[in-house]
Amino acid sequence: MEHTDLLIDWSRAQFALTALYHWLFVPLTLGLTFIIAIMETIYVRTGDIWWKKTTQFWMTLLAINFAIGLATGIIMEFEFGTNWSNYSWIVGDIFGAPLAIEGLMAFFMESTFFAVMFFGWDKVSKKMHLLSTWLVAIGSNLSALWILIANGWMQHPVGMHFNPDTARNEMENFTEVIFNPNAVSKFLHTVSSGYVLASLFVIGISAWYLLKKRDIMFAKRSMIVAASFGLITSLFLLNSGDESAFQVAQQQPMKLAAMEGLYQGESRAGIIAIGLLNNEKTLGDDKDVFDFKLEIPNALSFLGYHSLSAFVPGIEDMLYGNEEQHIMSVKDKIILGKKAVSALKDYKEAKREGNQEKAQQALKTFEKNQSYMGYGYLKKPEDAVPNVALSFYSFHTMVGLGTWFLILFIIVLYFAMINEIEHKKWVLFAALFSIPLGYVAQEAGWIVAEAGRQPWAIQDLLPVGMAVSNVASTSVMITFWLFAILFTGLLIAEIKIMLKQIKIGPEGEH
Amino acid sequence: MLDSISLLTLQTYWWLIVSLLGALFVFMTFVQGGQTLLYTLGKTDDERTLIINSLGRKWELTFSTLVMFGGALFAAFPLFYAVSFGGAYYVWMAILFCFIIQAVSYEYRKKPDNVFGDKFYEKLLFINGSLGVFLLGVALATLYTGGNFVVNEMHLSHWTKASYGLEALLNPFNVSFGVMLVFLSRIQASLYFYNNLDNEAIAKRIKETLKNNTLIFLPFFLFVFGFILFQQGYSYNPETQMVFIEPMKFLHTLLDYPLLLIILLLGIGTLLYGIYSAFYKHNHKAIWFSGTGTVLVVTVLLFILGFNHTAYYPSLVDLQSSLTIENSSGSHYTLSVMSIVSLLVPVVLGYIFLVWRSMDKHKMTIEEVKSDSHHY
Repeated sequence: MEHTDLLIDWSRAQFALTALYHWLFVPLTLGLTFIIAIMETIYVRTGDIWWKKTTQFWMTLLAINFAIGLATGIIMEFEFGTNWSNYSWIVGDIFGAPLAIEGLMAFFMESTFFAVMFFGWDKVSKKMHLLSTWLVAIGSNLSALWILIANGWMQHPVGMHFNPDTARNEMENFTEVIFNPNAVSKFLHTVSSGYVLASLFVIGISAWYLLKKRDIMFAKRSMIVAASFGLITSLFLLNSGDESAFQVAQQQPMKLAAMEGLYQGESRAGIIAIGLLNNEKTLGDDKDVFDFKLEIPNALSFLGYHSLSAFVPGIEDMLYGNEEQHIMSVKDKIILGKKAVSALKDYKEAKREGNQEKAQQALKTFEKNQSYMGYGYLKKPEDAVPNVALSFYSFHTMVGLGTWFLILFIIVLYFAMINEIEHKKWVLFAALFSIPLGYVAQEAGWIVAEAGRQPWAIQDLLPVGMAVSNVASTSVMITFWLFAILFTGLLIAEIKIMLKQIKIGPEGEH
Repeated sequence: MLDSISLLTLQTYWWLIVSLLGALFVFMTFVQGGQTLLYTLGKTDDERTLIINSLGRKWELTFSTLVMFGGALFAAFPLFYAVSFGGAYYVWMAILFCFIIQAVSYEYRKKPDNVFGDKFYEKLLFINGSLGVFLLGVALATLYTGGNFVVNEMHLSHWTKASYGLEALLNPFNVSFGVMLVFLSRIQASLYFYNNLDNEAIAKRIKETLKNNTLIFLPFFLFVFGFILFQQGYSYNPETQMVFIEPMKFLHTLLDYPLLLIILLLGIGTLLYGIYSAFYKHNHKAIWFSGTGTVLVVTVLLFILGFNHTAYYPSLVDLQSSLTIENSSGSHYTLSVMSIVSLLVPVVLGYIFLVWRSMDKHKMTIEEVKSDSHHY
C-alpha cells in the first residue's frame, strides 16, 4: 500500500508533537515522586513537622505536573491505532502486550495510591500514607518500564518471528522481549534522566527562594535531598548512557554514525566533543563534514565496541557498502527486500488459488530474503539515512548538558553541606537557570532516540511509510493543529499555575 | 505456553475480559455524569467544590480503566485497534480530545493564575462528561451496526468514507446508544453522590435529578435493547470463516446460552432496583446495586457481540472484511502470556477495594474538603 509523503510527514509530526509535549511532564513525575517519598520518609522517621510541610509543598507542584502528564499521555497509546494502524497490525502482537501490562500493573497503582497520597493524610495511618507515596513513585516508574520495553523493542526487535499467513510479526519469547538489552539500558537511562531533571527542578526552585531570602530552612533542606539524589542518579545516568551508546553501536550503527556525524567509517574513531557541521555537505561528496571540530581520539571505537582500535562504520559505508568490512549496501538490501515483499504476495496468491507447490516455492524465496523485507518498502537508498544535523546536535546537547548537571550537583551539595549555599549567588543563579536546560536535555535525548532511528518505525523491519494509517493527510493536519493549540494552551496554564504556587511557597504568600 | 488450551478458548476469554473492562468503564463514567450535574446539584460555590472534590478522588480510576480497555484491545485484538482507530479517525480523535481536557480541569480549576478562569475548566468537564461519553457510546454502538472499512489479504485496512467515522452519527441506533450512556452516567452519578456526600441540600436535589434522568434513560434503553434483540446479526461459519447475515442473531445467542440471558435479566433487575431503592427507600447504598447491574448488563451486551461465532465489528462495505474474535486476535502465544498476566486482575481489584473502603469510610463534607491540605 503506497502512502503519500505528506501523510507520513504529518503523521510523524503529530506523533513527535504529542511525544515531545508528553515528555515535558513525565520525567519530573518520575523523579519528583521519589524525592517526595524520601522527604516523607524523613518526616515519618523523625516526626519533624517541617518535613511534612516540605513534602506537601513539593506534592502540590507534583499534582500540577502530574495532571498534564496524564492528559498528554492518553493520546500516545491511542495514536498507535489512529495514526499507525498498519503498525498496530504488523507488530501489535508483540507491542500491545507491554502496553496492556503497563495499564494493569502501573496505571491502577498510580491512580489508586495517588488519591491516598493527596487526600489521605487524615484518613490512613502515617505508615500507610508513606507506603502510598512510595507506591505512586514505584507505579510511575513501572509505567516507564513497560513503555520503554515496548520502545526498546522498536529499536531492537527480538523474541518474535514473521508469520506469512497472518502477514505480521508474532511474539515467540516474552522473556527476550522483557530482557531485551536495548530496553534495559533505555529504561535505566530514561528514568535516571527523570531523577536528574527532578533534582534540578527542586534545586533550582530552592535556589530562587534563597536568592529571595525567604523560606531559607525549607530551601536548604530541599537542596540537600535533591543534590544528593541528583548526584547519585547523575552517575547512574552516565553509566546507563555509556551502555545505551554501546547498544546503539551494536544494533543501530546508522543512528550512531548520524549522532557523531561520521560519514566515512574508521578504525580508532574519535568522538566529537564540540563540532559545527558543514551545511553544504551532502551524501557521497568529498566535502568536509565539519567546519570546526574538537575530537577525543579513539573514544568512539571504545564507546561503541569497547576496543580502542575497533572499526566504526560511517553513514556512507552502510549506504554504499564496504566490501573490506563486509558491509552490504542499502541498495542491495532494497533489492533483496523487494524480493521478499514480492514473494510474500506470491505466497498469498498461491494460497488463495490453492496451489500448494507454488506457495511452498514462494515461501522459500520469502524466507531466504525475509531479513531484508523492511528495506523492500524503501523508495531509494538515501531514505535509510536519518537527519544527521538533528541527530548530531541533539546528541551533543544532551551529553554536554548532562555533564554540566553532574558538576552542578557536586558544587551545590558541597556548599549546602558546609552551610554556605545561600551566600554563593553565582551557584544559585546557575541552579535556577539549569531548570530549563534540564528540559532541553530531556527533549534532545528523545530526539536522538527517535529521529536517529528514522526511517524505521521498527528497526530494519518496518519503515514509517509502511506503518502509517491510510487516512487523508488533511485529516492528520487538522488534528495536528488542534493538538498544537490545545497542548500549548494547557502548557501556558500549567506554567503560570506552577509559578504562582512557587511564589506562594511552603509557608503561604510573602 | 498454555498449549493445552485452544486458541478459540483464549480468544473467547480475552473477549470476555475486554467486555468486562468495557462494562467497568461504563460504570465508572459516573464521574463523567457527575461533571454534567455540577450546576444541577450544586447551587453554591461550596456545594460545587464538594461535588468536584468527591469526583476528583475517582476520576483517575475511570481514566485508567479507559486506558486499560484500550491496552487490552490492542494486545488481544490488534486488528480491531488498527481497523477502528485508524479508520473511524475523527470519532476516536474527538473522544481523545474530550478526555485530554478532563485530566487538567480538576487540578487547575481553582488554582490561582489558571489563565482561563474557573468557568472554562468547568466547561471542559461538562464537555468531557457529555460529548465524551456520547461519542464513546456511538463508537461502541458501531460494533452492532458496523463500519465502512475494507481489510485486504495482508490484513491492512482502510476506511471508505472521507468522514472517517463521523457518518456513524447518522445512524439512530448509534445516537440512541450514546444518549443512553450519557443518561445512565448521570443516574449513576446521582446515586454516587447520594452515597458519598453528607449534604442535605444536594441530597434533596438528587431525588429530582434521579427521576428526570431515569425518565429520559428508560425509553432510550428500551429502544437500544429491543434493537439489539431483534436486529440482524453477522454470523460466521467456524469452518470456512465466511461471514453471513443472520436475523435476530443476538436473541438466538441469548436463547442458546440461557446463562447469559439470566445474567442479563438479573443485571437489568439490579440496575432498576438500585434506582428504585434510592428513590423510594432512601437507600444510600443504591449505587452498589445500580453499579453491579450496569456491569452485568454491559458485560453481556458486549460479550454476545463476539461470542457464538458472531462478527463483532461488521464491515458495511465488504462483508468478508468483518472482524471476528478469530480473525483479529493476537497469536496463541501472546494471548497465553496475557492470560497469565490477567491473574493479577483480582490483586488490582483487591487493593482498589481496600483503599477506597478506608478512604470513603465517612461521607464527605465541605468542612472536611476545606481542611484537607490538598483539594480541588
